[in-house]
Amino acid sequence: MSSKAPSRRFRTAVCLVAALALSACSSASPATTAASTPPVPANPALILATTTSTQDSGLLDELIPAFQKATGYVVKTVAVGTGQALTMGQQGNADVLLVHAPTSEKPFMDAGFGVDRRLVAHNYFLIVGPKSDPAGIASAKTANEAFAKIAAAKATFVSRGDGSGTETKELAIWKANNITPKGQSWYVQSGQGMGATLQIASEKNGYTITDNATFIANTSKLQLTSLVQGDPSLLNIYHVISVNPVKWPKVNSVGAKAFADYVTSAAGQDLIGGFGKAKYGQALFVADAGKNEADLK
Amino acid sequence: MDDLLQITLLSLAVSGVATSISLLIGLPLGTVLALSVFRSRGVVLSVVNTGMALPPVVAGLAIALLLWRSGPLGDLNLIYTPTAIIVAEVVIATPVILGLSAAGIGQLDPRLQVQLQGLGASRYQTVWWLWREARLSLLAALMAGFGSVISEVGAAMMVGGNISGQTRVLTTAIVLDVGRGDFGTAIELAGILLALAFIVNGVLTWAQQSGRRG
Repeated sequence: MSSKAPSRRFRTAVCLVAALALSACSSASPATTAASTPPVPANPALILATTTSTQDSGLLDELIPAFQKATGYVVKTVAVGTGQALTMGQQGNADVLLVHAPTSEKPFMDAGFGVDRRLVAHNYFLIVGPKSDPAGIASAKTANEAFAKIAAAKATFVSRGDGSGTETKELAIWKANNITPKGQSWYVQSGQGMGATLQIASEKNGYTITDNATFIANTSKLQLTSLVQGDPSLLNIYHVISVNPVKWPKVNSVGAKAFADYVTSAAGQDLIGGFGKAKYGQALFVADAGKNEADLK
Repeated sequence: MDDLLQITLLSLAVSGVATSISLLIGLPLGTVLALSVFRSRGVVLSVVNTGMALPPVVAGLAIALLLWRSGPLGDLNLIYTPTAIIVAEVVIATPVILGLSAAGIGQLDPRLQVQLQGLGASRYQTVWWLWREARLSLLAALMAGFGSVISEVGAAMMVGGNISGQTRVLTTAIVLDVGRGDFGTAIELAGILLALAFIVNGVLTWAQQSGRRG
């Protein structure tokens, strides 16, 4: 049986695929951006658990590389939503958190899971919906009133449904109205990040609540318009929290502090406060480090 | 934005290494399973075949629970690294290669094994020649194993974290771009993924079909 040709082909094939995979291995090393000027820290790996809004607005795409370049840390950013970020902090699976649900952060801090909670920035929530505004919320003066109108009109409302800071704010407004939207036919829970939720609302001609940064960053792809804004209850505040090393000795507390220091430093605050101006013509966040929280509006 | 070449090479590297490891584990075990006779063989085969249907995201969750800092293997600091994705993908691809190898070899005429041993073949020579006889099925098993990991997104997302420049692979990058509404980039990435799969499978199919001329 002359089997020289088939087995040679087979060997060639295996060699080709192996060579392809091996060359891919050597070139696919992670694109770490260790700075050339500051010394590389002893433990450069840092896990940052944060919200999808900071990712979907594009802020992290600027902030993280700047931080890495300035300090030499290599950040593993896991954008999961405030609820999951706080859980990761509780379980010691993250080093530092950047979150925006003060009502959820308080029990987290009280239980001793976080240390060094600092105000970073704020922006605003918006209630957005289709231009046709079937529930007529554009005339509402407060967020509570807008939600009441949506429920009364049984208009489609898309919720994050993922334990995020945005959902926490949304549920608080429903509660203030004594409405239970869960289980109602017009209430849709996406279970996904802000960008995806906005897309669903856009496709279904529904309403949703969003932070203005993600909305502005995505608005060109959506058929939604901002209908209710400016209500003081729609203030959206971001804090940075380091995970308590006493509870979880393995956390990179030096790195967490470096991150918290950076985002509250002049360089970090300038970046955050200026983010979006070039691309969208307006700032997407207001930098607040060091301010008194009660003074924010 | 993200470097498309880096993402593509990372996908290829991770899935390539995972498939190779799964082949090293799955092919010998599949051969043993096909050729040996023992009482619980049927049960073992059922378990392996069920493993083929294991949802990648479940494999990802299981590995994440092990590799998280709070988990038993947390000290290895493997979570959110390409190595973690490789581990999860080995869990996904091994049952596929194992099961299909066992089926491919089990399909061979049992008299062939007897004839080889009658001609004086050692155990290793017997296995080698059986593999050559079954090469159509074995290469199909390899392609199925590779296909199962190059296309999966659940495990890569869970244990890799989709971190830019570190663990973002083609599939997770597509999910991210869709979530951001960057459909143009998502479709480009999808095209690259399909082309990659086509090239690898094309080479393997060419090798598979080699003995069938005339």
